[in-house]
Amino acid sequence: MKTVNSLQSFTNKPKRVVVAMSGGVDSSVAAALLREQGYDVIGISMQLWDYTEGERDRFGSCCSLDDLYDARRVADKLNIPFYVVNFEEAFSKAVVDYFVDGYLKGETPNPCLKCNQILKFEVLLKRALELDADFLATGHYSRVKYDEKRKRYLLLRGKDASKDQSYFLFTMTQKQLSKIIFPLGDLTKIDVRRLAQKYGLNVAEKKDSQEICFAPEDYPSFIAKYAGNRADNGSSYKLEPAGEIVDLNGNILGAHKGLYKYTIGQRKGLGVTRGEPLYVLKIDAKNNQLVVGPEDDLFSKGLIAKEAHWIGIPFPDSPLDVIARIRYRHKGIEAKVAPLDDNRVEVRFERPEKSVTPGQAVVFYKGDEVIGGGWIEK
Amino acid sequence: MKRIYFDNNATTPIHPEVFDAMLPYLKDEFGNPSSIHWAGRNTRKVIDEAREKVARLLNCDVGEIIFTSCGSEGDNLAIKGLVESKRDKGNHIITTKVEHPAVLTTCKYLAKTGFDVTFLDVDNQGMLDLDQLKKAITPKTILITIMFANNETGVIFPIEEIGRIAKEHNITFHTDAVQGVGKVPIDVKKLNIDLLTLSGHKLYAPKGVGAIYVKRGVRLVPLIHGGHQERNRRGGTENTAGIVALGKACEIAHRDMEQEIKHLTALRDRLEKGLMGKIPHARLNGHPKNRIPNTANISFEFAEGESILLNLDMKGIAASSGSACTSGTLEPSHVLVAMGVSMEASHSSVRFSLGRGNTVEDVDYVLEVLPPIVEKMRSMSPLYSAATGGAANISFTESGSCSH
Repeated sequence: MKTVNSLQSFTNKPKRVVVAMSGGVDSSVAAALLREQGYDVIGISMQLWDYTEGERDRFGSCCSLDDLYDARRVADKLNIPFYVVNFEEAFSKAVVDYFVDGYLKGETPNPCLKCNQILKFEVLLKRALELDADFLATGHYSRVKYDEKRKRYLLLRGKDASKDQSYFLFTMTQKQLSKIIFPLGDLTKIDVRRLAQKYGLNVAEKKDSQEICFAPEDYPSFIAKYAGNRADNGSSYKLEPAGEIVDLNGNILGAHKGLYKYTIGQRKGLGVTRGEPLYVLKIDAKNNQLVVGPEDDLFSKGLIAKEAHWIGIPFPDSPLDVIARIRYRHKGIEAKVAPLDDNRVEVRFERPEKSVTPGQAVVFYKGDEVIGGGWIEK
Repeated sequence: MKRIYFDNNATTPIHPEVFDAMLPYLKDEFGNPSSIHWAGRNTRKVIDEAREKVARLLNCDVGEIIFTSCGSEGDNLAIKGLVESKRDKGNHIITTKVEHPAVLTTCKYLAKTGFDVTFLDVDNQGMLDLDQLKKAITPKTILITIMFANNETGVIFPIEEIGRIAKEHNITFHTDAVQGVGKVPIDVKKLNIDLLTLSGHKLYAPKGVGAIYVKRGVRLVPLIHGGHQERNRRGGTENTAGIVALGKACEIAHRDMEQEIKHLTALRDRLEKGLMGKIPHARLNGHPKNRIPNTANISFEFAEGESILLNLDMKGIAASSGSACTSGTLEPSHVLVAMGVSMEASHSSVRFSLGRGNTVEDVDYVLEVLPPIVEKMRSMSPLYSAATGGAANISFTESGSCSH
């Protein structure tokens, strides 16, 4: 972690850092730590979703008034300036549209990753720089390190393996990494809660957020409503009606209720039976078919990912040996990554891996270091 | 750090004379004005006096003033109370797209409960087309509610003409004059106004008190049922201190208006000329002449308004863009959108609303501080260099991402 001593060696003016404050315990402690280290801290909460009454339907709560209240109270406690910025428009375009479109084209999108990539590290970072901030800080459990030899910023796993969020950060560019501080990278969640107690923050006991912030209870009905609401705007992805459930040979086994209601590897709620348990193998949006089969067929030898992005290296010239994580909680599997055309990569697993899910990210690690990653295409 | 307050359309500081006037009613004079005994008698008297002062400012009778708790309550009472009392005569309401949320949201709510609402457009200077208003009138129109002056741009609507049109058609005319009362002369008789809303904290009285003018003969169904206060039109024990304060504020406004208009106009013009002169691509939003004297709404294209405000705040300057909302966020302005102001100009707008305490030094400080802020932000905007390099018509929407 960057320390104040090294930062302040040439000037008496403390470095300014904008902390993205969600009202949760992590970002609150991040702000408190930076304040204690002597930074000139400004807290900012992003208002991302319209939760007020009005013409728009109320889908759920993201950065709800309660969270804004908590963030503001923490900022008051720390005696730092605090602002709420309105990024609803950017959020709805970059995250919500992406999320809904992803499901409508048969993928399982990852809105949190997208929110980091666009909202936090593009839109909010720009806003922070406009406020003359030297850095932007977030409460992610991850670490940034500058490697003198490679002349590159490296992204590393958080020290708390159970909380490590580096998976959600693989899109970060060198420029972004040079402006980012993750104050919690060397801490465990237990440390963080203890610190919150120590600083007397009212969010010390607040429970972690789990669900998708803008669609808290039930994402399929959110998608149906949202896609329905924007149907008039000529959006390229439309809500398809119910269709067939088929096996790998094309035999019709039953009917699905709309493809966006299913994810790869899902077993429950399919409503079809055959001697053995059946799993969702493929979501075929083109033919509006849900392909199911036995567990064995869920395994694949590899995947193709698009929009590959590299952090620890400029670009791989030859196949790389990595640990690949294909979803957030995935422990990782040994794999070989080979570059293809169009910024795509082919990933071959050491042994077949279950439930490769298009729309999720595959992130490549070497030890603690995030080498790069891409978005799973197939 | 300097502290400069240029957000008087959001709220004003309490005038020292107002503060002194209300203080006894927060201390010793606590009686319930409805009581028959000595404790109530004096508070009843000062409420009557306050009512006279408000009436004098608006040129109406004392019996035509109802005290409320705020501007929003006043708007709700005037609009809902009126349409309910005239429900058997029709169900059509005419308003504009640029009203304050207290009117806009109320009208949208009524639209859900069986009323038809016409939302009139404004032109690119924020002005109203009276022909459009005339065309919108139907035999079922029972209420025209159009604001006196816009809170964001300061633009004053042609109230006298609207009043005349309403009268010709026998339609009740309500005006939300929260931004007009105390800033410019308002004569409800001359302007043919039937209902008018005002709010204390926009004219140097504290928050928590407002009033509506209800022309004699106009029937309102109360929002708050209760005791017989305010001639049975607004139940609830009177906020004596607040009402006394509002009365005093109206008295002062009446007394000082001429000189305040001169003072504010001079400062506002100095600010506008200075900013336009020092900052390229700065543009005034709203009609340049038909405005209340204290408001300047300016777009600094290719700089994010929200960022400008935060930067100004860090320099001790309080300004705003659009209307303040409960969570402290900034909404995209529905007023500028309705005026057809482009996306980037609307996102780069800042509203300066001056008040009685402001000085030439305040204005000059802003003129010193703001140009470098805008310049810094433009230097970070790729769109600005593209635009100043010749590609003049670039906009956020065309470039595919609204990068604010």
